[in-house]
Amino acid sequence: MRPIRGALLLILWMSGGLFLSGCGAADDADGRSVLHRGLSTDPESLDPQKARSVQAADVLRDIGEGLMGYSASGQLVPGAAASWQVSEDGLTYTFTIRDNARWSNGDPVTAAHFVAGLRRLVDPAVAAFYASTIADIENAGKIIAGDALVTSLGVEATDAQTLRITVSRPVPYLLSLLTHPSTFPARDALADIDAGNSAQTIISNGAYKMLAWQPGSHLRLERNEHYWNDAATSIDIVNHHVVVEETAELNRYRSGELHTTSNVPPENFNSIREEYGDEMRISPYRGIYYYGFNLARPPFKGSPELRQALSMAIDREVLVEKITGRGEAPAYSWVPPGTDNYNPPRLSYANLSQDERNAIAQSLYKRAGYSGENPAEVELRFNTSATQQRIALAVQAMWRDVLGFEALLVSEEFQVLLANIRDGRNAEVFRGSWIGDYNDATTFLNLLVGGNPANVSGYVSEAFDSLMQRAAMQVDPDRRRLYLEEAERVLLADHAIVPLYFYVSKHLVRPEVQGWEDNVLDYHYSRHLSLDAVD
Amino acid sequence: MAAYTLRRLLGAIPTLLLVVVLAFLLVHAAPGGPFDSERVLPAEIEANIAAFYHLDEPLPQQLFRYLSNVVRGDLGPSYRFRDHTVNSLIAGALPVSIMLGALAMMLAAVAGISAGTYAALRQNTLTDRIVMAFAMTGISIPVFVIAPLLVLLFAVRLQWLPAGWSSSDSAWRLLLPVVALALPQIAYIARLTRASMIDVLASSYIRTARAQGLGTSAIIRYHALRPAMLPVLSYMGPAVAAILTGSVVIEEIFGIPGVGRFFVQGALNRDYTLVLGIVIIYAALVVLFNLIVDLLYGVLDPRVRFR
Repeated sequence: MRPIRGALLLILWMSGGLFLSGCGAADDADGRSVLHRGLSTDPESLDPQKARSVQAADVLRDIGEGLMGYSASGQLVPGAAASWQVSEDGLTYTFTIRDNARWSNGDPVTAAHFVAGLRRLVDPAVAAFYASTIADIENAGKIIAGDALVTSLGVEATDAQTLRITVSRPVPYLLSLLTHPSTFPARDALADIDAGNSAQTIISNGAYKMLAWQPGSHLRLERNEHYWNDAATSIDIVNHHVVVEETAELNRYRSGELHTTSNVPPENFNSIREEYGDEMRISPYRGIYYYGFNLARPPFKGSPELRQALSMAIDREVLVEKITGRGEAPAYSWVPPGTDNYNPPRLSYANLSQDERNAIAQSLYKRAGYSGENPAEVELRFNTSATQQRIALAVQAMWRDVLGFEALLVSEEFQVLLANIRDGRNAEVFRGSWIGDYNDATTFLNLLVGGNPANVSGYVSEAFDSLMQRAAMQVDPDRRRLYLEEAERVLLADHAIVPLYFYVSKHLVRPEVQGWEDNVLDYHYSRHLSLDAVD
Repeated sequence: MAAYTLRRLLGAIPTLLLVVVLAFLLVHAAPGGPFDSERVLPAEIEANIAAFYHLDEPLPQQLFRYLSNVVRGDLGPSYRFRDHTVNSLIAGALPVSIMLGALAMMLAAVAGISAGTYAALRQNTLTDRIVMAFAMTGISIPVFVIAPLLVLLFAVRLQWLPAGWSSSDSAWRLLLPVVALALPQIAYIARLTRASMIDVLASSYIRTARAQGLGTSAIIRYHALRPAMLPVLSYMGPAVAAILTGSVVIEEIFGIPGVGRFFVQGALNRDYTLVLGIVIIYAALVVLFNLIVDLLYGVLDPRVRFR
């Protein structure tokens, strides 16, 4: 008796809830259009200067705007800046801020706000991750190091609508840098967001404004009527649903709760592709997956033949077709294709057949002093994950079959892996990836410049470094490009790293979503999207 | 009983303190830090960040700073969620986890005790074996298999229920997660109840009651249920505390903003303050529920005295 009564009470309680509301419906009760997007993890911050992740940048691009922006197809376009001029020597940029640019509370966006934002970015007290985005602005380096006052930064508001930026050397990609959320304006140099208590009080200057943020669940954005281009914004409400697990995201897409997903699960990729056809959008992405060598220690130190042999013995086509199988492109260069004003050189053996590569690899291996009786043995480190494991197993097998090279697989938790790579004591071969921050070749090439703390391989080449320095001094973009391509040729010939494949971005997008264009940056601003009426 | 309760609560304070200090040391002993990433930062920026979060101070000083804040109720800023404090994150997530956990435990208790009693009354018959077989599947099939199957059936195919927490405001979004959370518990509780009920039903006072003509349902309700619940209660004390702090798997599958996810992700992200805050809550819940269970012993079995 008692248990049955208890069970009945339970059922009654649960049916007493509100009726099901807008389960992924494209219209809410007032007829406003609502977009439901999947986001793969919570932003760590919605403060433009404190954020660092791709997901935070995705949301920030919806609620904020920098001097420059991108079109739906990935073309650089003006943002909050109406126009700009560059001095002859390429060292002074003068921007005119739109006079109809507004914050979400109606206040005008002025040049002083951009000054405040850029100063915040380099202020040691704010501890911004992306402070080095603007490292080339005058005095930025000294301010970050604490050797100069924040006010000495080479940015100045000569009047309410005019912003002058002075750089210490020519930066041809400065405009592309100024799309980055870390350069977004701030209302006050000391502003601090307390999103935990009041997401809706965040004042931003983009096409949308924050309504609510429940960490672990979702972020809700609403149209910013004061945005200068609000007339072009179609969707009224955007919900970014935080769904970490890819299969769960797929299920929510299938049940109609999400219009777009942030990813596609790798497990049943092919059957999903068959099921969804055009709804699956796969596009090259500015990221590379590679294996790095610890070049500070034997056996890889001073042994280019061994490195080249290992690189050649890997069948990248098999890797991308059979192991990862999601439309990735095999990588024979360091900088991904699709990078602005750049034609990446390729490894010399890119066009050979795998058998030919194997033969050359074997002879190089012998020349390096190894053989079947005297094999090299190293540890191959990667972070614990099914995909990494499969790739590592495949590469281990290829190295063993072709060369007799023994790689011991070591799977570690991600933070432990990073720590091992950084201190260089344990890491020999390690899995790495790099995603570009801006659309220029230097975001990849800078990684391997000697002395860069991010250069975890320990690669040091005078030829490479001097070519990079000379490229940095060029004002003419074509000459600069020649130097950069030559530098990459040096890098590839030295086999400092083994490029494996270039990333692709994968999304599922419902047919009623219009305006989603594939681009190598994988930027899909909500303000470019619209929803068709669904019967 | 009041004195006993007070003594237990006061005795919990040094326990909690010890737990926090140990957890603090363990969490800092793990390699890697909260701000490590593939993008190695320039030294000055790293130094700035470390100074901002006091991570460059010697460990004892950091521990002292942390404890003096905790005593004042401030669990610190989250290192991973830079716009949120640990207090606000837990304040948002704990009610969700508690509601889910409470509903799941109630469902598990009601269903498990009913099933176990039913089986005990029909001991060794086919019905008994069938009920216990269902219980076994509840224990042996992992929750990360059952939950997606439930989602696939009820949310994707039939579209009766939402697949995700944030896609709906109604109470129906609780149903699938609660059921998925409760299933293994129903299984355990059913088995425990059956075994304990069989024991109790064999005692002499039950035989006396039957001899006096009392019907089965009255026997269960007035004489057998309470003593049979003792082992179940022992099990449920820590089980409730564990469920209330969330099941990571359920929370990830349904996208529920609960405490379990913050705990595991916090550990992986080296978000020291968030992890420690949740450890404190969890330890306090375990202490509290053990106390409640001990007090309930007295209610169920009048022979128990509190000293």
